[in-house]
Amino acid sequence: MEIPYTVEQRPDTGLANGKLGIWLFLASEVMLFGALFSTYILLRVGAIEWPHGELSVKLGAINTVILICSSVTMVVAWAKLKLNDFAKGRLYVIVTVVLAAVFLVNKYFEYAEHFAKGEGPWHSTFFAIYFTLTGLHGLHIVGGIVVMLYLAGPGAGLWKRNPEQYTNRVEYTGLYWHFVDLVWIFLFPVLYLL
Amino acid sequence: MQSDPEAIRKSIRTYGIVGGLLLVFTAITVGVNQFHLAVPLAITVALIIATTKGSMVAAIFMHLSHEKKWIYGALLLTVVFFIVLLFVPLATVSDTIGTPTHVAAPAEGH
Repeated sequence: MEIPYTVEQRPDTGLANGKLGIWLFLASEVMLFGALFSTYILLRVGAIEWPHGELSVKLGAINTVILICSSVTMVVAWAKLKLNDFAKGRLYVIVTVVLAAVFLVNKYFEYAEHFAKGEGPWHSTFFAIYFTLTGLHGLHIVGGIVVMLYLAGPGAGLWKRNPEQYTNRVEYTGLYWHFVDLVWIFLFPVLYLL
Repeated sequence: MQSDPEAIRKSIRTYGIVGGLLLVFTAITVGVNQFHLAVPLAITVALIIATTKGSMVAAIFMHLSHEKKWIYGALLLTVVFFIVLLFVPLATVSDTIGTPTHVAAPAEGH
């Protein structure tokens, strides 16, 4: 059975179904992270004192740079596919996966250092919300890596059968990835600097 | 979404420039942090820079600067619910259900 409107636009919305679908999914993600940011504000406003300098600004800044670069490579991957350059498009998706993996390795070292000092989520309200927010964000990074690996690996065969649909899939994955980057852009100052 | 090859090549250059600007803003965020500003000012500056960066990602990388009205509609609805969500914690302050409104004076002679 062929799924309709994977490439062509629906006459009522003017969009392919996947495009509207990914945006509705991102809307639900805004609410998920919004609830946690709201929790952070409540905890911080209610706290008698809030710790400063508990996290490594250097590692946080490096991870910000990595995610920004990965956002650029992801959107360039889509642009290369639009130019019918499959090899470069796939290469940029793979570069994005590598950058995402480096982000997680950095996060691992950061977490390991805190756990070694006994600063787990049980240590304080600050560390509880820090691990909750960055842990959930890290899970989103893992999810993005899985999808991008599929697109660069077994899912790449779709390019031969239906290049436009493949390009759309990369675009939707990119939209998700930019959202993950966008969340980190707010997490970095809120947790590491303020 | 444009399909003209020349327009796409031009947009690749734009992505590079925006990526560079995002890195510059990140450096500014970290740099401002070295001045140890008062907390309210530090929060204001950091959130202004983060909002600017977020807007650039959404407008350029996510192509929100030229999207269809259905997506703008869905996002507008999300913003409304997000604002409501941010104010939900206030309900914990204003909620008086279960809180006695007046305490009876203790009876004498007991």
